[in-house]
Amino acid sequence: MQAAVVVFPGSNCDRDVQVALRHATGREPVMVWHKDASFEAVDLIVLPGGFSYGDYLRSGAMAAQSPVVKEVVARAGRGVPVLGICNGFQVLTETGLLPGALMRNGGLKFVCRDVLLRVETSQSLFTCRYEAGQVIRIPIAHGDGNYFADGDTLSRLYDRDQIAFRYCDADGEPSAAANPNGSRHNIAGIYNDAKTILGLMPHPERLAEPELGGIDGRLMFDGLVEALS
Amino acid sequence: MNAPAATQPEVTQEVAAQHGLSPDEYAQVLEILGRTPNLLELGIFSVMWSEHCSYKSSKKWLKTLPTEGPHVIQGPGENAGVVDIGEGLAAVFKMESHNHPSFIEPYQGAATGVGGILRDVFTMGARPVANLNALRFGAPEHPKTRHLVAGVVAGIGGYGNCVGIPTVGGEVNFHPAYNGNILVNAMTVGIAPADRIFYSAAAGPGNAVVYVGSKTGRDGIHGATMASAEFSEDSDAKRPTVQVGDPFTEKLLIEACLELMATDAIVAIQDMGAAGLTCSTFEMASKGGLGVELELDRVPCREAGMTPYEMMLSESQERMVLVVKPDKEDVARRVFEKWGLDFAIIGRLTETGRMVLKMNGEVVGDLPIDPLAEASPEYDRPWTATPAAPETDATDVPPPEDPGRVLTDLLAAPDHCSKRWVWEQYDHMVMADTVRRPGGDAAVVRIHGSDRALAATVDCTPRYCRADPRRGGAQAVAESWRNLTAVGATPLALTDNLNFGNPERPEIMGQFVGCIEGMREACRALDYPVVSGNVSLYNETNGEAILPTPAIGGVGLIDDLSRVADVAFAGEGEAIVLIGETRGHLGCSAYLRETTGREDGLPPPVDLAAERGNGDFVRGVIAAGRVTACHDLSDGGLAVALAEMALAGGLGASIERPNGDGETLPPLHAWLFGEDQARYIVTGADGAALVRAAEEAGVPAAVIGATGGEALTLPEGHTISLDDLRAAHEGWLPAYMEEQQ
Repeated sequence: MQAAVVVFPGSNCDRDVQVALRHATGREPVMVWHKDASFEAVDLIVLPGGFSYGDYLRSGAMAAQSPVVKEVVARAGRGVPVLGICNGFQVLTETGLLPGALMRNGGLKFVCRDVLLRVETSQSLFTCRYEAGQVIRIPIAHGDGNYFADGDTLSRLYDRDQIAFRYCDADGEPSAAANPNGSRHNIAGIYNDAKTILGLMPHPERLAEPELGGIDGRLMFDGLVEALS
Repeated sequence: MNAPAATQPEVTQEVAAQHGLSPDEYAQVLEILGRTPNLLELGIFSVMWSEHCSYKSSKKWLKTLPTEGPHVIQGPGENAGVVDIGEGLAAVFKMESHNHPSFIEPYQGAATGVGGILRDVFTMGARPVANLNALRFGAPEHPKTRHLVAGVVAGIGGYGNCVGIPTVGGEVNFHPAYNGNILVNAMTVGIAPADRIFYSAAAGPGNAVVYVGSKTGRDGIHGATMASAEFSEDSDAKRPTVQVGDPFTEKLLIEACLELMATDAIVAIQDMGAAGLTCSTFEMASKGGLGVELELDRVPCREAGMTPYEMMLSESQERMVLVVKPDKEDVARRVFEKWGLDFAIIGRLTETGRMVLKMNGEVVGDLPIDPLAEASPEYDRPWTATPAAPETDATDVPPPEDPGRVLTDLLAAPDHCSKRWVWEQYDHMVMADTVRRPGGDAAVVRIHGSDRALAATVDCTPRYCRADPRRGGAQAVAESWRNLTAVGATPLALTDNLNFGNPERPEIMGQFVGCIEGMREACRALDYPVVSGNVSLYNETNGEAILPTPAIGGVGLIDDLSRVADVAFAGEGEAIVLIGETRGHLGCSAYLRETTGREDGLPPPVDLAAERGNGDFVRGVIAAGRVTACHDLSDGGLAVALAEMALAGGLGASIERPNGDGETLPPLHAWLFGEDQARYIVTGADGAALVRAAEEAGVPAAVIGATGGEALTLPEGHTISLDDLRAAHEGWLPAYMEEQQ
């Protein structure tokens, strides 16, 4: 599997996901500069975490207008898988590739900690190495992770099995107490309807090595390699 | 010769005084110039000779600190200290205060403090890998405290999170002495190739002086002068002197500088910190023994109509000055343009030894560099030693009715409670190398792409420093050394941030001299040199000084990532071994303060030979894989350390006081809560073997109990559930911050 990682000015988890992909794929991901709309064909495009263009105006809003993201949107339309982590998820909602929006955290503060997530489905490129209902531990680090979508959109997401992860307690029960940002229905990540695009606030690349305290995140990258190789 | 013409008010003694220059200093200005300076020139003198930039009160004493060691590549005097960490790499680090700005405008003050210290480190060619901070606020019940805590923490997070450098450690304390003058000390650790360190000494007359980064605005003018004066009630009026940070630009500046540093285009580089363009260009030229000519109309400005005075004294953030090789100007320009940053050749180096400032072709300032930058004043301020406090006898301190209750109260006290509310607002995991997160003895970050790691910690116990500056200074150094040891690291070197009151008062100067003396003794005994630092004086409001606070930032090296120790109890039924001698010292202790409200007595003695012996032993057993958990003992003594280990591991423990002969055995409360130094708790499967090994090394050690269960059982059957301890420990700070004022 050949992956590409988009680098915006202000991206700061580009290297982290580069390392995780390198470990999982055994090859070097292509690092794509934000002005570069013509990069080689790849099997997966990753929009990393950070503060693209300073997150001025609105998180992800300016990145969504960049040359490279126009190309990402075009390729996503042709079915190329896209993974947006944290700021990458914000960019994906700003482009309209994923529905809804990410608002300021309910507690109004930046939050960095491990959270528990329930894997809602294993029927995706991204989660094929997890079990549906499995509880995994992944870190978050964001100020704008409060997922909002209107009732109709949420119904559609449920109908088409597009909810990827929900914040949950140790028993796998989604709950407000386990939700760090006030997102609707405790949603932490969602798919597009073809499940070729995943946006999530938590950072799987941060718990992908035992030295860092856990490997629950590595299974996402391993699964992608399995599905896309 | 007349001063260069300028449409400015004439400079008089009175104008000089308004710029913070004493009559003697102004007389020296006149002598150096042989004429009256114009306002621009006077402004430059005033910032260069401010306490903040010149260290005029502290220089004499700073020179007495040990700064050399086998690992030291660069000691004090550059932007940051540099220490060899092997395998071709160097650790680059420094700590710096942003106290006054943070009190006036907490978010921006703290944010720009982080930005400034980051620049000091990447200026030297290092990629920053960890941020730490030491924060001291007023009493929780003071009406401003909550607002200041919220603003400072948000500011540190807002900046560090955006630039993408993890904030991995620090300390947060409260004391009424900081009611009118909080302390915000920020530290950055970076890693650079050991043979690619960049320095600030300019070289090569004719080489271009290049300005990069953000545009210059009218913010922060005279920030350095403000930082060199006491506060009063009208400090709010100084808000316009606080700079405004833009972490996004800083992130671009880091990447652009590191990208250019990978080429051979740079001759010298210096960040624009305090006193902005003035200080940076003066230092570069002075260190290189050269002159410089600047065309100020080429300085990128945020707004039209800025005067030379404003440009030279602005402290706008995220700016750097480079000296670039003649044939590499285009290479440099392309890198900064790629990152969308301003790039302007604003002048050239000369051989005149003078700084000549031109605006629209006209000379607006002309100053000799050496007398200003190097011959700045140095004072030997009068000082009086702090009178010795009486020793506190443990038997005079009343024992508690219920030690479990006292322990619960201590864990919930503002100084000792969990600081999770703070560090969860900091991204402490970005860069994906954080091996030990905040909350332990020292933070540990992996050296990227390797199996080695750096450990870092920030420490000081100001109440000890006030009672006995010498002991307090030594204790701060020893505690940081101990915290590095407790994670298994070999301590390498330290950076200091010396925060004191008005040095013109002999008793304050005496605190400074005493702390330095203690630090010097500890640095020597522990082979732990000072490689960088910062002095912050005049931390007073309306004549009330802060506690003397020499914050110590320590850095250590871990050779094997699989041997990092953790504070958390790791398994049921393991032996708990107390390393070091326990005499039950209660003077200046947290116990004394929390149970009686008293802060009197002498701090615990610091036996540096015992520190060294006990620490070397602990580091050895960690490296040998013989311990499963380790924690240093500090505030609150044995009982608090045990509780922290139990809470971190989610595993209880039961302890007994070992039998000693009745003569030397301290009372139970002194044994539990005394703050004797040079002590650790370790756990392991075979406690007796650890004690034997310690005895062979001449280190006092005793098995005092075993892990297990869901409660902490103290001697004489006092039992507290972990749930109750956790509720107390985790509860106080969030509850306090959520209270309405």
